[in-house]
Amino acid sequence: MTATVPPKAPTFLGLPTAPRGVGHLRGDQSFPDAARGALRDGQLRANLGHATSTIRGKRAKVVGELPDWAQLREAGRALKAATMARLDEHLEELERQVTARGGVVHWARDANEANEIVTRLVQATGTSEVVKVKSMATQEIGLNEALEAAGLDVFETDLAELIVQLGEDSPSHILVPAIHKNRAEIREIFARTIPGVDPELTDDPRQLAMAARTHLRERFLRARVAVSGANFAVAETGTLTVVESEGNGRMCLTLPETLITVMGIEKVVPTWRDLEVFLQLLPRSSTGERMNPYTSTWAGVTPGDGPQEFHLVLLDNGRTGVLADEVGREALHCIRCSACLNVCPVYERAGGHSYGSVYPGPIGAVLSPMLTGVEDNASLPYASSLCGACYDVCPVAIDIPSILVHLRAEHVEAQERPTAEAVAFRGLARVMSHPRLWHLAQRASRLGRLIARGRPTLPNALPPPISGWTRSRDLPTPPKETFVESWVREHGS
Amino acid sequence: MSAREEVLSRVRQALGEDRTTPDEVVRDYRLADGRPAGDPALLELLVDRVEDYRATVLRCSPAEVGATVRAALDQGLGDGWAAGDVVVAPGLAEDWRPAGCDVDDDRPAVQLADRAASVTAVAVAVAETGTLVLDGSPACGRRALSLLPDCLVCVVTADQVVGSVPEGLARLDPLRPLTMVSGPSATSDIELQRVEGVHGPRTLLVVLAG
Repeated sequence: MTATVPPKAPTFLGLPTAPRGVGHLRGDQSFPDAARGALRDGQLRANLGHATSTIRGKRAKVVGELPDWAQLREAGRALKAATMARLDEHLEELERQVTARGGVVHWARDANEANEIVTRLVQATGTSEVVKVKSMATQEIGLNEALEAAGLDVFETDLAELIVQLGEDSPSHILVPAIHKNRAEIREIFARTIPGVDPELTDDPRQLAMAARTHLRERFLRARVAVSGANFAVAETGTLTVVESEGNGRMCLTLPETLITVMGIEKVVPTWRDLEVFLQLLPRSSTGERMNPYTSTWAGVTPGDGPQEFHLVLLDNGRTGVLADEVGREALHCIRCSACLNVCPVYERAGGHSYGSVYPGPIGAVLSPMLTGVEDNASLPYASSLCGACYDVCPVAIDIPSILVHLRAEHVEAQERPTAEAVAFRGLARVMSHPRLWHLAQRASRLGRLIARGRPTLPNALPPPISGWTRSRDLPTPPKETFVESWVREHGS
Repeated sequence: MSAREEVLSRVRQALGEDRTTPDEVVRDYRLADGRPAGDPALLELLVDRVEDYRATVLRCSPAEVGATVRAALDQGLGDGWAAGDVVVAPGLAEDWRPAGCDVDDDRPAVQLADRAASVTAVAVAVAETGTLVLDGSPACGRRALSLLPDCLVCVVTADQVVGSVPEGLARLDPLRPLTMVSGPSATSDIELQRVEGVHGPRTLLVVLAG
C-alpha cells in the first residue's frame, strides 16, 4: 500500500542546513538523556526556578503597564512576516546603505564561511586580541573556537559570558547565560582564573562585578578589534542596533579601531520606524525592564567617533532552509528575548544545557532542529508539554506549539523503519478492533497484578518496552476485573 | 557563485515564485502620548522612571543649570572635586559648564578613562521609559565621552522630553551614532541581583531644566 502513496514534496526544498562539526547547535546527547541528569541536580533546579519566576514576574508587571501591548505585539508579528516575504530585497538595501556609509558587507553561506571571514578580517588588522560583546549568532557558529584555533585570544566581555568562558562552561540561557551558577561558584571561578584578583574576594555580587570590571577595563582600553552581534539592522538607513545593560557592548562598539558585526540574515527590519515597535517589545519581554540601560545604534563609520573600519557579516547557516518551510518560517521572527524560556515548565526543570544548542527552551526546540535538519536534533520537538505558555508570552506571537507539532510530524514521516511506537499502535489497533482479542488482552493484563504485589502502581524497573513508559510515568496496577465484567456482575448481561 | 549570489538565490528559492505578500502592517499602537513635549506631567514621569533605575535627578529653572551641574558633580564626586577631573562635550552651552573644566577635543578616546566625570546634553528624552538619547552632536559629544568617566551628568531641557518611544525615535537621525541611556550601567547576571556599574558609568545624574 505504501508504494502507491506519492512521495511528499520536501518541505525544505533541499536547501542546506547548518553544517556538522562546527558551532553549537547540536548536543552530544539527546534531550531526554541530557535532561535526566539535569533533573537530578537539585541546585540547578533551585537556581532556575528562582530565576525564571523572578523574571516572569518582572516581565508581567512592565508588560501590564502598556495599554497597547496587544497592538504592539501584532505589529511586531506583522512586521516580521512582511520582512521575511521580501527578505532578499531588504538585505540588498541594507548592503547598499551600509556600503554607502563606509562599511563593508560580507556574505557567509554557513558557520565555516563566517568563521573564515572573521578570522581573516582580524588577522588583517595585525592584532592577536579580540574583545567580544555577547552574541547568539557568534555562539551559534562557534566563532570563539575558530578564532582561538587561529591563535587569537578572544575575550568575552558580558559578565555572564565571562563567567561561562572562565569556567570553561557553556551558556544555559539566552539572556542570562550563567543562570545555572550561584555566587559561590562564580567566586570560585574568579578566584581561580583571574590573574591578580584580590584573594579576599567575597561572593558579594557587587564585589564580583567590580572584579570583572577591573579585569576587563584594561583589555577594553587596549583593544584594537571587536566582534559584536546585532539585535536589529535597518535596511532603509543601514543602521545597526545592539541592546545591552552593562556597557561592555558600548566599549566594544566604540573604542576599537575595527568593528566586525556578525548577524543572521533574519535580523533585518525594513525601516527606522520599525524600531519603535521592537524597542518596546524587546526589553520588556526579556529583562522585564521598560528599557534596557544601553541601546547603541550606528550607521557605517562616523569620522571622529568610534571604529573607523566596520565590517558586517550576513549569515545564512540554515536560515534559508527555515525560510523555505512555510509553517516553520515564523521561527525566524524570534528577537531572542528569552521570554519563552522563562515560562516553559520543561526548561524550568531540565535547564538550558539539556537542549544541546545555544538556543534552549521552546524557541530552541523549534529553531535548532530546523537549522540543523530535524534528524540531527530529533528529540527536541518532543521537549515540550505543548501547554502554549511560550506562544502567549512571545512578543512577536510565534506559534511555537504548532511548529513543534509540525516538526514532530516531519520527524515521524522521515522514519524509514517503523518505530516501536508505530508497531505498538498498529498492534493495539488490531486488538481493539477484534472483541475476542480485546477481552483476552484485558484478562492477560491482570498478570500485572502479580508484578505489582498489591501496590497501586507497577514497579518502574519493568523490562523494555514497558520501561520506556515507566521510567518517567506511573503505570497503574490493572484492576481486578474489567469494566464489562463488573457491569455484568452488577446488572447481568 | 559568490556567497552573496548564493544566499540571495537561496532566499528567492525559499520564498518561491509566487511569494505571498502579507497584509500591510497596522500601526494601531500608541504613536504619541497625547501630551505635548515638556508637559509638566511628562517631566514628573521622567523623574519617576529615571529614579526607578537608581539614577538621580536634580531639577532646576533654565537659568540655574550651571549651578545645578555643579551641585550634581558635588553629589557624584563628593565635595572638593577639581575642575580638571571633569570633561564636557565640546558643544555644551557655555553657561552650563563648570568653570575651568576641560573640553573634549580630538585626543585619543581612551584618555577619557582618566577623568572622573563628564557632562553632556541630550538630543531627546523619553519619559515613559526613562530614556535619555545622546546623538553624537557637539552638545552630546562623541560616544566615548559618556562611557569612560565613572560619573555621567546629562542636562535635559523640558522641551526635549516626549512621552513615548515612537515620538522619541521620530526626533532622531538614524544616520548618527546614537546612545540610548536608561539608568547607569547595570548587571543582573549574578543571582539576578542588580549591581550598578560594570563597565559604563556607575553614577548617572540628570539635571532637568524647566
